[in-house]
Amino acid sequence: MSEDKGLDNEVLLEKVREIEAAKRDDKIIDKENTAYILGEKSGLSAPLTDGEAGKIMSRRSRRSFLIGGAAAVAGYFGYRWLRQPDNFYIFERMFRFNENVSQTFFESSDLAPEFPRELAGARVNGLIGMGEDFSADSWRLQVTGLSNPQQFSLDEIKSLPRTEMTTELKCIEGWSIICNWTGVRFSDFAAQFFPVLRDGGTPNLQRLPENLTQYVSLVTPDQGYYVGWDMQSILHPQTLLAYEMNGEPLKPEHGAPLRLVSATKYGIKQLKRIGSIEFTNVRPADYWAEQGYDWYSGH
Amino acid sequence: MTKQLEKKHSLAVRWLHWISFPLLALMIWSGLLIYWANAIYGFKIFGYELFHFFPTWFYDILGIPLRLAEGISLHFFFMWFFALNGVIYVLYLIFSGEWRAILPVPGSFKRAALVSLHDLHILKKLPPQGKYNDAQRIAYTGVILLGAGSIITGLAIYKPLQLSWLTWILGGYEWARWEHFWVMILFVLFFVVHVIQVLLAGWNNFRSMITGFEVVKTDAVATETMVEEGAKV
Repeated sequence: MSEDKGLDNEVLLEKVREIEAAKRDDKIIDKENTAYILGEKSGLSAPLTDGEAGKIMSRRSRRSFLIGGAAAVAGYFGYRWLRQPDNFYIFERMFRFNENVSQTFFESSDLAPEFPRELAGARVNGLIGMGEDFSADSWRLQVTGLSNPQQFSLDEIKSLPRTEMTTELKCIEGWSIICNWTGVRFSDFAAQFFPVLRDGGTPNLQRLPENLTQYVSLVTPDQGYYVGWDMQSILHPQTLLAYEMNGEPLKPEHGAPLRLVSATKYGIKQLKRIGSIEFTNVRPADYWAEQGYDWYSGH
Repeated sequence: MTKQLEKKHSLAVRWLHWISFPLLALMIWSGLLIYWANAIYGFKIFGYELFHFFPTWFYDILGIPLRLAEGISLHFFFMWFFALNGVIYVLYLIFSGEWRAILPVPGSFKRAALVSLHDLHILKKLPPQGKYNDAQRIAYTGVILLGAGSIITGLAIYKPLQLSWLTWILGGYEWARWEHFWVMILFVLFFVVHVIQVLLAGWNNFRSMITGFEVVKTDAVATETMVEEGAKV
């Protein structure tokens, strides 16, 4: 009986082998089969006995599970290591890498869409750096890093070329709002007042921004809120020193008397109530970057 | 009884598959940390919200609130690895020819419906299939499209100025964010169905995604049929 079964198995094995061979020669075709339609290959081994199959599989399994398990453990501890507070600089480096990629593709001719004026709204969010002890009347914009340190009154700024735009302000929290802004383009302001240059040479407006310092720092009068900008973004034509919002003089909660607005970065970078501006080659401190946010935070 | 070993998954596919799992998990997790800061989506019918993404208990259990900065740092770190893994996978499918096993073919949608009926124990017989059945073809192609969709919608909200044309195509910044969110939900649904199916398919199938091989039974009945069919040719 058992001999018979053994013989049967032998015969069966032989038959299956024949069929496999025939299959390989494309003799058996199931036209309904999706594998056939695209000419998909299947990778079947030669027929094996239970014992053989078990032996091969357990050898392969042991190997694969060991490697897979080791990889999983390494991944887990690698992640835990990465997330240690001391290693946050790795994430900051990635922010910096992303910034470089972004700047490589940044074109000042790329413009954010503008919207019909009627769609403009307002939303108050964040009053950091807007201490009570402030008088708009005695306010002067302090600018350092120009050929000479200078002060500007609001009227002096208003006398510069006037630009209006209706753009979408994007908050890093994920919401956005369309606002209408009027002010002077930061690039117009910079062109007018010849900031100091990287190499100290004579200013050449045709060579902006390559010839300028790398960064601009903006700080509130109480120094409670401060942001750093790369020159490329702040000279974008949709970055304004704004003194009007939705056709009215800027309200205190929106950053009166003068604030930065831009289509190039999140709201956290668009400083309200600017007290001082500095052109610098040192990457400026940034309030939210110190809280773990992306220093660049650019669109 | 004879058995055959079927080579199901190449080394590349296995690594790419398993690497994609923690990366997708991290992208979804960090995405939730970010979404929390402006959690405005929900199912609405006639202005009535049936379900809000997400209920307070959901955030509290997972400890999500007030971690926006952390979410951003994780999301914009792992996005590179997630995208790279996906691109390598797609290139692999193209150059290895394995796209043949995954792309839907004419009649796939009809047969996928039959497969679903079979899985629900309504139909007894499975339609003919290759390495994957037609429901799998649609699901696996779909998840590749989700990967592409996550990158495209993600880029549109990451760089709405530099890629303003892309943001515009997707219906603007707010719509692109909404689409990015729904790509995530679809990823989660895929994951749930995928895990259930793997559990139902059993150990031999699961093991094949680790070892590469599945043990196929060539039982007597099947052999007989094959012998007969073989005889016909």
